[in-house]
Amino acid sequence: MPHTTRVLRSEWTKIRSVRSTLWTLATALTVTVGLSALICAFTASQFDKLTKQEQLTFDAVQTSFSGSGLGQLAMIAFGVMVVAGEYSTGMIRSSLAAVPQRTVFLLSKVFVAGTLVLVVGMATSFLAFFIGQALLGERSVSIEDEGVLRAVLGGGVYMTLIALFAMGLSFVLRSPLLAFAILMPFFFLISNILGTVEATKKYAQYLPDQAGKTVTAVVPESLNRPYGPYEGLAIMVAWTLAALIAGWIVLKQRDA
Amino acid sequence: MIELRELTKRYGDKTAVDRLTFSVRPGIVTGFLGPNGAGKSTTMRMMLGLDKPTSGDVRINGKRYDQLRDPLQYIGALLEAKAVHGGRTAYNHLLCMAQSNNVPKKRIDAVLDLVGLKEVAKKRPKGFSLGMGQRLGIAAALLGDPKILMFDEPVNGLDPEGIHWIRNLMKHLASEGRTVFVSSHLMSEMSLTAEHLVVIGRGKLLADTSMADFIAENSRTFVRVRTPEPERMRDVLASVGIRPVFEQDGAMQVEGMAPAQIGEMAAWYRVVLHELSPQKASLEEAFMQLTAGSVEYHAHEQGPTPDGRNGQAGRRRR
Ligand SMILES: Nc1ncnc2c1ncn2[C@@H]1O[C@H](COP(=O)(O)OP(=O)(O)OP(=O)(O)O)[C@@H](O)[C@H]1O
Ligand SMILES: [Mg+2]
Repeated sequence: MPHTTRVLRSEWTKIRSVRSTLWTLATALTVTVGLSALICAFTASQFDKLTKQEQLTFDAVQTSFSGSGLGQLAMIAFGVMVVAGEYSTGMIRSSLAAVPQRTVFLLSKVFVAGTLVLVVGMATSFLAFFIGQALLGERSVSIEDEGVLRAVLGGGVYMTLIALFAMGLSFVLRSPLLAFAILMPFFFLISNILGTVEATKKYAQYLPDQAGKTVTAVVPESLNRPYGPYEGLAIMVAWTLAALIAGWIVLKQRDA
Repeated sequence: MIELRELTKRYGDKTAVDRLTFSVRPGIVTGFLGPNGAGKSTTMRMMLGLDKPTSGDVRINGKRYDQLRDPLQYIGALLEAKAVHGGRTAYNHLLCMAQSNNVPKKRIDAVLDLVGLKEVAKKRPKGFSLGMGQRLGIAAALLGDPKILMFDEPVNGLDPEGIHWIRNLMKHLASEGRTVFVSSHLMSEMSLTAEHLVVIGRGKLLADTSMADFIAENSRTFVRVRTPEPERMRDVLASVGIRPVFEQDGAMQVEGMAPAQIGEMAAWYRVVLHELSPQKASLEEAFMQLTAGSVEYHAHEQGPTPDGRNGQAGRRRR
């Protein structure tokens, strides 16, 4: 068996053998789907009370994925635990003694974790969509409508990218505590605040989550961005790559 | 065979390992000694490619660590710090290491059995005692059936039975023709297992010698003489060409004369003696003497020193 295949298998064993890590994925799915369903049910019942403007820019797909704002935090937790957990437990020394080719180590870990997150992310996105649309009733859209499939697939990709971004940053920070302390408030509060405040809005829309969100929308006016869904996705991919490359450089340079 | 050449590691302006050059030969246990902070663990981490040397290098069978394919089949190591995820069972911990290094699965059960952790194979190390954690680390080191083994203070946290077990294990591994490199700060511990010694202090090589030579050179015998008239006694001894060494509390150490001769001389010159006792310096003392100038962290002696001032002097031996 080629070396890389063996490292991939080893990384898969690592991920599946730590219960707490797997729980974060289950949480990401449950929270996103559950909260989205709640918001959809609420929106459907209150739709007539929305303003004209809000009704016009209503995005059924985004609404059925609105729980992801909270659910993504569990995805971030997953990314942090998979990477920074190696450092906090000291496992990194066993890992790098076993696989001293650090680039292979990083790529294998990112690939295995990324694949798992992609599967869970897609399941989350599709479940949230179908349950949400059922609850939205007459306000719902069909998966066959224009842009809808792209937006739902985009939801799964968004979840994957946010976890990979967290992984990259965790390779830089190496401490779960530090990574949580930076990533959680940032994606839960700061990014949203910056995106709402008039003065910072035009910069905040280029933040990874704000940009990535566009790919999950089918009514562009609901977000009001100067770029389209694919450009938004590209911006988020760029952030993720930057985080992973920074993580790779730190891993290559620093002592374990 | 492990070869270190001019191996150096600096942390900021602190030199933890200072141009170390030595080799670890196969088929024997080599003890790696040094006081706290001497740089043993840092050296071992550099051997495994975990820490990057500031300069110099380490070769394992002629190769850099990261050039080894399936390194765990060449060299197994127990590190000083814990290197296990507390939430992953002992079995799975070994499994992920075995998978990346092409080690057959049956080795996992074999090493768990060998270190006595078979019963807790499916348990998470979070709940392990210090000794059990140490045993899991040793199991991981032995996993790939490597020709070279490296242990950083393996007796840490082990009970007397465990210490006995690890001593025999190391001897056994060496008798199978393996290279065993083991660190310690206890000379007495090493004298029981190691055939060769590498001693470092403040990152510098202090000795690279066989255990037998070290013992022959360092098991110094002397006579401790205590007298209320040390100046006179010194002159008496000087008349036969002997220069005693004074201890901190005023007693003197005399080498090269039997107690009987010293006693007779003292009687002849009418010097009062309070003590006349043959002494044998332990290996531990020899080791402390060797590293005295390079002890990183001196314990401050309690209480006043003989000259009445409060002791700021370290536990340095003369
Ligand atoms: N990551 C690090 N950053 C800064 N200084 C370090 C680091 N690791 C080790 N040192 C310093 O390098 C020196 C050597 O440490 P090392 O742990 O290698 O000693 P040691 O011989 O293993 O000691 P001990 O017997 O206590 O285990 C010490 O002074 C230590 O403070
Ligand atoms: Mg040490």
